[in-house]
Amino acid sequence: MSDDQIPKDYKESLIHLEYQYTAGSATTTFLNQVKEGRLVGQACPKCKAVYVPPRGSCPRDGIATSIEVPLTDKGCIESFTVVHIPIPGNPIVPPYVCAMIRLDQADISFLHLVQDIEIDQIRIGMRVQAVWKPKDEWTHSLENIKWFAPIDEPDVDVSTLRFKPS
Amino acid sequence: MNDSKTNLLEAPFELSYKYKRSSGPVMSKFFEGLSQKKILGTKSKAQKVFAPAAEYDPETREALTELVEVGPGGTIESWSWINKPRSHHLLQSPFAFALIKLDGADTAMLHMISDCDESDLAAGKKVLPVWSDNPTESITDINYFILET
Repeated sequence: MSDDQIPKDYKESLIHLEYQYTAGSATTTFLNQVKEGRLVGQACPKCKAVYVPPRGSCPRDGIATSIEVPLTDKGCIESFTVVHIPIPGNPIVPPYVCAMIRLDQADISFLHLVQDIEIDQIRIGMRVQAVWKPKDEWTHSLENIKWFAPIDEPDVDVSTLRFKPS
Repeated sequence: MNDSKTNLLEAPFELSYKYKRSSGPVMSKFFEGLSQKKILGTKSKAQKVFAPAAEYDPETREALTELVEVGPGGTIESWSWINKPRSHHLLQSPFAFALIKLDGADTAMLHMISDCDESDLAAGKKVLPVWSDNPTESITDINYFILET
């Protein structure tokens, strides 16, 4: 509905929350590396599962993920969705694609954007690589990666993307 | 791993979400009333008066449409003193959040009481609204309540 179609009795409301976020040690370490353009996961010393971004512990074994694992910025699309509905305040213009990106060697995926490709060409298993912002814009944020873009490599068989067995 | 707590990353976050909503046929009249310095309640068949206006009687599920003017004065039912208001509070000097039963109503309305000390407050004390000079058809058309002198 455009603004002039909204009945008179519609009122503007606002939900507003300010808070202080503390990253914790695992995320701090991860983001310090992201600021330098590196993606470093953490592995569980017991089951060897690699977590990125790391949260500091292995939810399966309940122990600290003490092993640092440098990762490539290449991976594949584990799952994706095409967003058609605009969210107020979001600078990205729909339609756009959010995807779960599984980096090589990692056992979990994280959410990011996929661009530089026609939306109807995107598929699960497609190989992608991070497209980084210029180095002088790097901060402590995964937004240092503008999006993931397809690379000319054969698709990954998604059945191999299972979580590392214990 | 970085175990030094002093080196942990921190950042202020702001979550904000603006949206438009309708107050509906009953509450619209309540808010319109506020802009005209009137507090409206709704009356059930059993003559129970809900203020602020309620759309339904929570006990009988009766749809409530009969509007009645209540107040503008009322009595304090209970209150909570805010000694150090935070930035998001509408009043920046110490005040009370209070449940106020407006004259003629059977239910209480949540609002603020200002221009008083904590020790001045007691259940049963009479209060009066202080109206805004710039009404916007919202609950803030009442700035706050003050103790009746």
